[in-house]
Amino acid sequence: MSKKIPQEEYKKTFSYKYFRWLGDEDDAYIGRVEMSVKTPHEEEVAAIRERMSEKELMFDRIYDLENNKLILLFRRIYKAIAVLFCLTLFLLLLVNVSYLPPIGDPDNPADNEVPRRYIESGLQETGAINIVSGMILDYRAFDTFGESNVLFIATVTVLILLKIDSTLKRRDPEKYEEETNDRRLEPKNDLILQGGARVLIPVIFLWGVCVILNGHLSPGGGFSGGAIIGAGLILYLNAFGFKRTERFFVERTYKLISFVALTFYCLAKSYSFFTGANHLESHIPKGEPGAILSGGLIFPLDICVGFVVACTMYTFYCMFRKGDF
Amino acid sequence: MEFIRNFPFFSIMLSMLSGIVTSILPKKAARILNAAMISVVFILSVILLVYLNKDGSYFVYMMGHFPAPYGNEIRAGVLEALMAAFFSVIMLLSVLGGHKKLEEEVDADRHNLYYILVDMMLSSLLALVYTNDLFTAYVFVEINTISACGLIMIRRIGRTYVAAVRYMIMSLIGSGLILLGISMLYDLTGHLLMSNIKQSITKLVANGNYHVPLQITVTLICVGLAVKSALFPFHAWLPDAYGYSTVSSAAILSSLVSKGYIFLLIKIIYRVVGYDAMIISGILNIFFCFGLVAMIVGSVRAIRENDIRRMIAYSSIAQIGYIYMGFGLATQSGMEASIFQILSHGATKSLLFIAAIGLTDVSGFSRRFADLTGSGFRNKIAGAGFVVGSLSMVGVPLFSGFISKLLFAEAGILVEGKSIPTLVVLAVSVILNAIYFMKTCIRVYTPWAAGYYEDQRISFKEEWSYGLTIIGFIAVNLILGCTSQPFLDIIHKGLGTFS
Repeated sequence: MSKKIPQEEYKKTFSYKYFRWLGDEDDAYIGRVEMSVKTPHEEEVAAIRERMSEKELMFDRIYDLENNKLILLFRRIYKAIAVLFCLTLFLLLLVNVSYLPPIGDPDNPADNEVPRRYIESGLQETGAINIVSGMILDYRAFDTFGESNVLFIATVTVLILLKIDSTLKRRDPEKYEEETNDRRLEPKNDLILQGGARVLIPVIFLWGVCVILNGHLSPGGGFSGGAIIGAGLILYLNAFGFKRTERFFVERTYKLISFVALTFYCLAKSYSFFTGANHLESHIPKGEPGAILSGGLIFPLDICVGFVVACTMYTFYCMFRKGDF
Repeated sequence: MEFIRNFPFFSIMLSMLSGIVTSILPKKAARILNAAMISVVFILSVILLVYLNKDGSYFVYMMGHFPAPYGNEIRAGVLEALMAAFFSVIMLLSVLGGHKKLEEEVDADRHNLYYILVDMMLSSLLALVYTNDLFTAYVFVEINTISACGLIMIRRIGRTYVAAVRYMIMSLIGSGLILLGISMLYDLTGHLLMSNIKQSITKLVANGNYHVPLQITVTLICVGLAVKSALFPFHAWLPDAYGYSTVSSAAILSSLVSKGYIFLLIKIIYRVVGYDAMIISGILNIFFCFGLVAMIVGSVRAIRENDIRRMIAYSSIAQIGYIYMGFGLATQSGMEASIFQILSHGATKSLLFIAAIGLTDVSGFSRRFADLTGSGFRNKIAGAGFVVGSLSMVGVPLFSGFISKLLFAEAGILVEGKSIPTLVVLAVSVILNAIYFMKTCIRVYTPWAAGYYEDQRISFKEEWSYGLTIIGFIAVNLILGCTSQPFLDIIHKGLGTFS
């Protein structure tokens, strides 16, 4: 349809034909090009049956190991080559190690200005007594941010693989019951386990919190403290069951905690990277070394990493066990 | 410092942040955020490219308050900016083009998990492109591997689980070899920063120290990256992973994921080991041989395939063979041809995957060639896209594949001893490509007798967003094919600043 030229004239233009072709009203080929028309391939029912049964029998014939010498031979050769390959790689790496610089030699290439600066001025530059924390959360914080995202993305992948479909409960309640029943072979309310857990769990949680909060002062930090808390959560779940953990840890909790922790990490570190790269002044106080509130961003970041690690461990366990929180 | 220099850092952090935020969003918002984020990254990268292309320079960007060997650092030059822009535009088109299929094949409550994976994948690709530090590269290789597994198995059927397990095993072997290589390099040189490692290695090579471990280390890293990018003997995971995953995943995996690793390999060749040391080590010759074999084997397997998606997947093996053959020529022009092939294959392969899904949709969801007969008439835009992709793969002028094959031939003819094998295998491979792609095109445009699948027609109006992505892909392909000179100039300048 055109407003400028009459319909007859418009029908001759290219755009008319083009839009008809696009709109599936006209086919440029039919009636204009000589084409041989194909008819659907007709197969007799008996032929189809024969084909299907042959297909079914094929695997039986191939994996009939007693009679199929070829596949037996292939498997043997395959095993032999696999062993040979592993041995070669093993020897190659051993030879390589023997050529590497010896451990503890003061002239080693790895003993250069980089670790020296970490050791000598790490405390002064990062404000953390624990040099390792200073290294991973301040000097090389970008790598550590990537590493916490590895945990995050691993949880996402496990959720994709193992989480029970949310519609299953509505669609097929029996199957849902079957899938989520995780206690068929295990005793419920084991008294010894519960008694032990009652004593151990508060200690484990406190210990985990202590490791996280002192990450910048003593050995430990977010990764190790988070793993301790995660282990405590798993023990709690084993002793008291999902009914008790559902009261404080459901899917929303996981989402919220990982969202808040990682977003804070991302924004805080972005601020730090931006000010650092543009040579602006950073307004984050370093604090007095040794005090609990010191080390600039290291202290809050340790807490974030701890939350992410604990949630990741607990989520992995829940997913492998039940497929739901 | 000018504000534009923050753009690489902004694009990496933006993609990671949007991945994190997506975890609490509903699925529609997740989709919009994803598209918006990729578009912003694309715009930032293009601005950066234009800014850097004025004088062909590069800059390093300090990630934090500490300068390079102590803290992290990223580096941006023209080539990196071009790659970032290219990766983001292809990813945007792939996600948009496969959106409808995603709705059909993936449970509704897993959609925002999918967009998290896509966001993280983009962030890891950008970090692999921009990084100037081997350990940062390794961290993002991990993110890349895990999210690729997720992308494969998001469509929850048996074959994708098997494919994901295979991919994971092969890919982890690759990561393991890379990690071993990086730690040995650290032991030998005492650095993780690319430029510092290169200085030490140049010294070691000149003094003749540590010859054996250096050779083994370089081999480990190269083999690791070759496993991850599916070079010929390590390609077994590829057909299932690309053939059965949901179509956006297949497009992203084939066009971007393997290319990210190949770009990292280029960086390692030029900026870590050094080109001269690489030639001495002789690994490039091995790449050359395997590249040649891959070009033939991939095409032959594709001819024998009776499933259109798997056929396209096998063709990827041949195309990756081209890239490694370009490395193996061991000249600057061979390397430039390989980088152009990365662009050309990335633009074409995702187009083929997206177009193929349009064709199978109007053929009763069957991927067998017999059922695809005449599907080009039933879904016209998909048919047109498939033809453009095929012509580009075969190497017809006007399309990007032609330029890359021309560049390979030009580069190959200058190398003594390698010119005959290069030209012969190139010619054979082009003919094999033509056999299976033209076979498919003819099949797609052979009319059925009336009434067969006649009710399954999709017109442009019904799926305009799908149609627009196909048009976008065709445009990228034509831009690369018709105006290749500016891209070649950028590649030339970028490689110049690498060494």
